[in-house]
Amino acid sequence: MSVVTEIQPLALPSRQPILSRPAWQILILIVIAIGVLVPLCSLVIPEENPLHLSAYAMTLVGKIMCYAIAALALDLVWGYCGILSLGHGLFFALGGYMMGMYLMRSIGLDGVYHSNLPDFMVFLDWKSLPWYWQGTDRFPYAALLVILLPGLLAWIFGFFAFRSRVKGVYLSIITQALTFATMLLFYRNETGFGGNNGFTDFKRILGFPIWAAGTRTGLFLLTFAALVGSFIVCRIIVTSKFGRVVMAIRDTESRLMFLGYNPLGYKLFVWTFSAVLCGIGGALYVPQVGIINPSEMSPGNSIEMAIWVAIGGRGTLIGPIIGAFIVNGAKSFLTASLSDYWLFFLGALFIVVPLWLPHGVVGLFKKLVRRS
Amino acid sequence: MSQPIIHPTGGFAGTVHLRVPGEIDVSHGVILYLEEVSVSFDALRALNKLSLTIEDGELRCIIGPNGAGKTTMMDVITGKTKPDSGVVFLGQNIDLTRLDEPRIAQAGIGRKFQKPTVFEYHSVWENLELAMKADKRWFRSLVSRLTSDVHDKIEETLKMTRLESFATRDAGELSHGQKQLLEIGMLLMQQPRLLLLDEPAAGMSDQETAQLAELLNVLRSHCSMMVVEHDMDFVAALSGATGKVTVMAEGSVIADGTLDQVKRNEQVIESYLGR
Repeated sequence: MSVVTEIQPLALPSRQPILSRPAWQILILIVIAIGVLVPLCSLVIPEENPLHLSAYAMTLVGKIMCYAIAALALDLVWGYCGILSLGHGLFFALGGYMMGMYLMRSIGLDGVYHSNLPDFMVFLDWKSLPWYWQGTDRFPYAALLVILLPGLLAWIFGFFAFRSRVKGVYLSIITQALTFATMLLFYRNETGFGGNNGFTDFKRILGFPIWAAGTRTGLFLLTFAALVGSFIVCRIIVTSKFGRVVMAIRDTESRLMFLGYNPLGYKLFVWTFSAVLCGIGGALYVPQVGIINPSEMSPGNSIEMAIWVAIGGRGTLIGPIIGAFIVNGAKSFLTASLSDYWLFFLGALFIVVPLWLPHGVVGLFKKLVRRS
Repeated sequence: MSQPIIHPTGGFAGTVHLRVPGEIDVSHGVILYLEEVSVSFDALRALNKLSLTIEDGELRCIIGPNGAGKTTMMDVITGKTKPDSGVVFLGQNIDLTRLDEPRIAQAGIGRKFQKPTVFEYHSVWENLELAMKADKRWFRSLVSRLTSDVHDKIEETLKMTRLESFATRDAGELSHGQKQLLEIGMLLMQQPRLLLLDEPAAGMSDQETAQLAELLNVLRSHCSMMVVEHDMDFVAALSGATGKVTVMAEGSVIADGTLDQVKRNEQVIESYLGR
């Protein structure tokens, strides 16, 4: 008896959907919920009410959303293109510094020395602004720098690294060295970025007082919008043919070259785009936490980003966002209550995740769904 | 794209060819031309003044003992290894030693590896889509859509390789033989002018080998082929009684002719078949 297997006619969409229908529905629900509830709970409901959203909670979640943008950016190069960057903290910090320059200039004459120059320059006895500070009092220019500087640095670095076919561990080490070297540069007072104190004591952003509840809420919602926007753009990239080529680079680069693809352009685009995204995350981070200093560039920070991605699940886009929330949530809880144990916890994650959660939380979730 | 480099002997016949930049000029009937190609890895001489020409439309089988330099020769042709000296031309106008791997592939050379290398985490149809002849620059891929032409082409290739029912499965789930077939399908999509096959029948069942031979015959009408093979029966099946077989040993060609001719060649018996 022969079994006749009916072959379904192949029906491929002209473009893979960016998100499935239920995923869109969930996303829209979340957007509406956040867009309505956050302003309501932080601005309308009075402080005595238990439903009031405190400035502390809002800043904490806002900060983690900035980390989530960075994690998303890192996942795009690591999870999809196989380039493990241990220097994404650099792009994050550079974006933050560019925004910081604008915020420093916005202080105006309200600083400790009531000078037109930022306080640290008065302290160093500088008489005028260095050339690269020119124009940073204008927000559009500062916003442009937020995108351009991390992007340009990433492009130049990537061009030489990828053209020389530097890969794997070697590339990771170079990115680590890059962020470390830049950190040392920024620690110097002569560099003109406030030395080890960095930038702080911001007063206002776009004319609004920076610590006012309305401004905080606005920054929170802006960050949320940036996170959702980044997620959608990343989905557009990975569901395109470009995304499929990039994943093929991750899996078998040489085979792809023999098909006539030059990986250089592909790698440069994801790498640079990822750095820009990271810079945007950093730029949103600084006004919310109110400080940026060179310790943001320390190698440990970049490694932590890789942990967020690994815990959430590489190559899934939603994973790194979840990972950033789990790790940073645990961090702010543990450092507040059991501060001595945070590093042990981090170390344990380092062992547990590769051993039992190779595909992260999202991988675990998928497995459970498949089993049931 | 850089301009193709015009071979110094390109116009020796005194005729003027109308050259389209980037197109392979085969007006003298030669698709691949290697002359005195040498490659050394430290003390090891992998290729020693290797000279070889392949006619347009020909199917050439290359045999030789292990370490004869067959894979190195493929690496030189596809740009993976740069020769220390020698001339490597595709047609009369494209100097392969000056191009990198992606450009050589775009110029029209396809390569099939010894181990089937497909993209394991991509579905079967995505593998075919990636292979398809198209503008493969990054900004094109970003906006590329799956047109009905491409769709039809993928379907046709799936049918030819008998992988229709696996179209949306991950390529990693296929059997060894199916991966080989998929790779052939990818080459069909790539539409090379010259196809290099490195031991295509290795590790295949008899049935799969027969199916492969059938597919190669389909490919044969589309492009020139160079097949490196150990399996003598397969070589015999491919080259037939009249096809040319080249024997390599120690980095150079020691004989060529029909399979029967080279089998009787004493040098060949000594270095290869006699062992």
